[in-house]
Amino acid sequence: MGSNEFLFLLTGLKWTVLLSLVGFVGGGVFGLAIALMRVSERPLMERITAGYIALFQGTPLLMQLFVVYYGLALVGLKLDAWIAVAIGFTLHASAYLGEIWRGSIEAVPKGQTEAAKALSLNYVSRMRDVILPQAIRISLPATIGFLVQLIKGTSLAAIVGFTELTRAGNIVSNQIFQPLLVFGIVGILYFLLCWPLSLYGSHLERRMAIAAR
Amino acid sequence: MNYKLDFTPVIDGMPALLMGCLGTFLLALAGMALAIVIGVGGVILRDSRIAPVRWLVKAFVELIRNTPFLVQIFFIYFALPLAGLRLDPTPTAIIALGINGGAYAIEIIRGGVQSISKGQIEAGLALGLHKAQVFRLIVLKPALRAIFPSLTSQFVLLTLTTSIASAISAYELTSVAQRIESDSFRSFEVYGTITLFYLVISWVMMRFFAAISTRYFSYPVK
Repeated sequence: MGSNEFLFLLTGLKWTVLLSLVGFVGGGVFGLAIALMRVSERPLMERITAGYIALFQGTPLLMQLFVVYYGLALVGLKLDAWIAVAIGFTLHASAYLGEIWRGSIEAVPKGQTEAAKALSLNYVSRMRDVILPQAIRISLPATIGFLVQLIKGTSLAAIVGFTELTRAGNIVSNQIFQPLLVFGIVGILYFLLCWPLSLYGSHLERRMAIAAR
Repeated sequence: MNYKLDFTPVIDGMPALLMGCLGTFLLALAGMALAIVIGVGGVILRDSRIAPVRWLVKAFVELIRNTPFLVQIFFIYFALPLAGLRLDPTPTAIIALGINGGAYAIEIIRGGVQSISKGQIEAGLALGLHKAQVFRLIVLKPALRAIFPSLTSQFVLLTLTTSIASAISAYELTSVAQRIESDSFRSFEVYGTITLFYLVISWVMMRFFAAISTRYFSYPVK
């Protein structure tokens, strides 16, 4: 494998990182909305968001990408593959992050909400200044764990035809007929991306377990 | 919007799709079985007295958990023939699923084993229980109870992951759907339908595991 092929893999890596970031940030924004709706104590909102989460957690990510990809084309939206997969990952991430953050919001002791209400803080300030800062802390290990899952998940964009790291690996391996070498390198690149995050996540988890004792 | 949904190819392909569901189920079942074997073996080796063996198990777990399944299945698909194993795509997919699920199972089972305190085993022996009884009642059952939720949700995840095995055209639901799709070009209809199939499959699995859990593990702990 020459330096050209390796550079091509690195370009793929760049798209993997970008796609993960877009999915994570977009999923974070919608996920927060879903988490808040999920704990809103309005039955209709809670049921809709519960269904949304169950739908995404009960189906393969690959199918979600397919349905979004072909579904968008079907309603007449001629979108770039890049935009279509970005939308797919955003929806996927919003469901998972929504569920993680719902759990974290509910893990904040009830007395905090009651105290904030007693101080006559309104909803926005109660959430923004009291509940969410604590919930974010609690959710951090699981959120990082999901980010790793999302980075690995972006490899499925290769099947839809988007050239990120895995598809770049496919292309290179078809060119130079050394699939083991190429997918070995691709695997190492993913590992270098994900492992530090995983380590940081379990470090946080341990620290919180100690703090809880 | 002037596209008309046409489910005829889906309806015509229904027998094939249902067979595909069976394929998915069998693939997942075989993958789980292998994952449990690797999981239990890995937990035993992880406490080995030989340090390099312990490191190998840890490295294996980290490596598998931090790389995508799609890359793993490609790697295994190309690596097995070099190791002298010429297998069809479906057995290859089972091996890949087992290895992937096994790495997660090692971590989960380890947590369960650690949850049993030594004092309980000693107490059981002191009460005159037989060694086999101690293992069954004091070690195995509580450990299974402790890991049951995370192990079973890992299994549901593994079942959903089988759809990725379509990338090496193993026999399962997604690859059957891909064949119908490429014959009919009714992509949305085909994939929308099998997405619902997957939803039903994972729902049935969760219900099944929950029923087992209430049947065998709902006894007071303290």
